This record gives sequence, C-alpha cells and structure tokens, in this order.
Amino acid sequence: MISLTSPVETRAHGWPAGAKLAGLCLATVMLFAVEGLVWHLGFLAAALCMYALPGWSFFQGGMRRLRVLWPFAVIILLWHYFTNDFANGAVIVVRMITAVGLANLVTMTTKLSDMIEVVRWLSAPLRRFGVQTRSIELAIALVVRFTPVLAQKGQTLALAWKARAARRLGWRVITPFAILAIDDAEHVAEALRARGGL
Amino acid sequence: MERSLTLIALFAALIAALGLIPKFDLAFGVPITAQSMGVMLCGTVLGAKRGGLAALLFIGLVALGLPLLAGGRGGLGVFASPTAGFVIGFPIAAFVTGLAMQQFRALPIGWAAGVASILGGVVVLYAFGIGGLMVALKKDLLEASGLVLAFVPGDLIKAVLAGFITAGLAKARPASLLSRS
Repeated sequence: MISLTSPVETRAHGWPAGAKLAGLCLATVMLFAVEGLVWHLGFLAAALCMYALPGWSFFQGGMRRLRVLWPFAVIILLWHYFTNDFANGAVIVVRMITAVGLANLVTMTTKLSDMIEVVRWLSAPLRRFGVQTRSIELAIALVVRFTPVLAQKGQTLALAWKARAARRLGWRVITPFAILAIDDAEHVAEALRARGGL
Repeated sequence: MERSLTLIALFAALIAALGLIPKFDLAFGVPITAQSMGVMLCGTVLGAKRGGLAALLFIGLVALGLPLLAGGRGGLGVFASPTAGFVIGFPIAAFVTGLAMQQFRALPIGWAAGVASILGGVVVLYAFGIGGLMVALKKDLLEASGLVLAFVPGDLIKAVLAGFITAGLAKARPASLLSRS
C-alpha cells in the first residue's frame, strides 16, 4: 500500500520518529502561542527552507500537498479584507500553512513502520490495564492489507454496474460493497480462530 | 473476539475504500464521496463501541501517514488543517450513531439507522467540524457554520441512504448486524 512517505531519501528519514513527533508538538504549541505577523512570516520561511533543503522534487511534492489549503486561505483573506482586519487574517492563514506544512514534513520523512513502532511504545502502558496491544497491531495490518483489496472489489462492482445499467453509478452499489467487507471479515475471523486465535 | 477485531478492521478499510472508489451521483446529479457514509455504517452495523473503534482505527492510520481520506489525503497535516474537526469527529460520530441505533430498537431497522445516522453522522460530526473551523480559523459559531452549511443537505441524504443500506445488510447478513444482536 502506498504511504505518504517521500521517496526522496532525506537526512530526517533516519531521525527517531518519536523525537520528530515531540518536536512537531512543541512547534505547533509555539505557533499557536505567538501572535504577530512578522514572527509567523519568519516561521513560514523557516518551514519552506526545510522543504527546500532536500532538493527541488521534495519541495515540489511538499507544496503539492499544501494545495488543499488554498480555498481556505482565499476565503479567510477576502473575509478579513472586507472586515478591515487584514493583518489578523494574514496571521491566521500563514499560521495555518506553517502548521500543516510542518506536520506534513514529519509524515513525509517518517516510514510507516517507524510510526507503528511509536504506537507500540505509546500503547505499552495500556497492557497493564489488560488491553491486548497485539490486537491493535493486527488490526492495523488488516486495514493496510484489506483497503486495496476492498477498493479493487469496489472497482469490479462499479464495472459490473456499468456493464448492465444505462444509468450512472448510484448509491445502491454500496450495499453489496459492504456485504463483501462483512464476508471478508467473517472469513478472516474464522481463519484466525482456526490458527489458534488471538 | 476475533470476529470483533476483523469486523472493526474491515469496516475501517471500508471507510477508506469508500473514499477511493469513483464518485457517485445522487439522485440530483450531485457528485459525492461516500466516505462519511462509511462512518455512519460503522455505527449502524457494528454498534456504538465497535463502530467507534473502527472509525478510530481509520483516523489513527490517517495520522500514521496513510493516504486514506477522500482525494488521497492523509498524514499529520490533516490534523492541523481547518477541516481537522471533521476527521477527529469520525469516531465520536460513529459511536453516537451506534448508540442511537441501539436505543431505537423499537423502530424498524431502516428507520432507526437513518435517524441514528442523522444524529451521529450529521449533527455530531458537524458539531466537531464547525468547532475545528472555529479554532483553526478564529471564527465565531455563525461564521464557521456558514462555511459548511452548503454540505449539510448532501450529508442528510447520505444519512437517509445509510438507513436503506443498513436495512439491506440486515436482510442479507442478519448475523453480522452487531448493533441489533
């Protein structure tokens, strides 16, 4: 399954995931504690530098992921322009872009397996309260495995619909789709039980 | 135990897959993604606890960096963006949907699922979504609500459809409808 980790290998790929996440928390708290446009422009510039350091294709990939924020930026800037409060609007927009940018940076430089390791570490204390942390990891693995399988089955259902119906794909296709998911779940549960269970 | 686990995992995968398959047209030709419908179905089919856990597993994997949200979005940036409230609201929406479904035992399954989906998948989800917008964009309740009001009718339709779909699932796989067992 494709993850959002950048294929461009950066130095940050080797850093411990826990440290990156802690740094991100700290940076986000700071972003929301500081007011003042100059500061925020500085933070944004620093974030953009971090994107630029690993090279052009990493920078491009990062910027593509920030595109979803443009509609919000436009709405907020227009809103604050018309309410004569442009400076505050600019702070909100710049902070939003920096916060999302930094968070994406952690995702782009951290492998899924490293993230799961952090989850394992964080969930360790739960074991004392009788939570089976192994089942969390198994559930993660199942979702990672079955999302592409289900998506593939969904495509097949959509094709079957198109082959038979003159109308375009409608909501009715979701019922058999959910049935496929339920059946897969029952089969996997049976297979797990047959192999000794959890 | 195994069955609960695999149903939770497969419904988390179902939410993801509903965001991946091509967009549908509603009766009026409005294209939608069915992802939020997946959240509603978690509650109506699996019930409060398991449905909530399935949606929690889904957003957990989004946070770990899998591109599971509609449009291939994912990663930690999602939780810093203005729409974070909607994503964070997924598990609570599924939980409330399931809770309502379990409360409305007297109603026929389709009706119960439809009303429960409106309560959980629309009322609760938008409460979280609008709250997130208020925090991220520093807007008051009215302004933040104005930004998302256009999407409410579509989601109300999805909730009604979730009712029909749940009724269909109850006929096809009655044993798997954990919210009523």
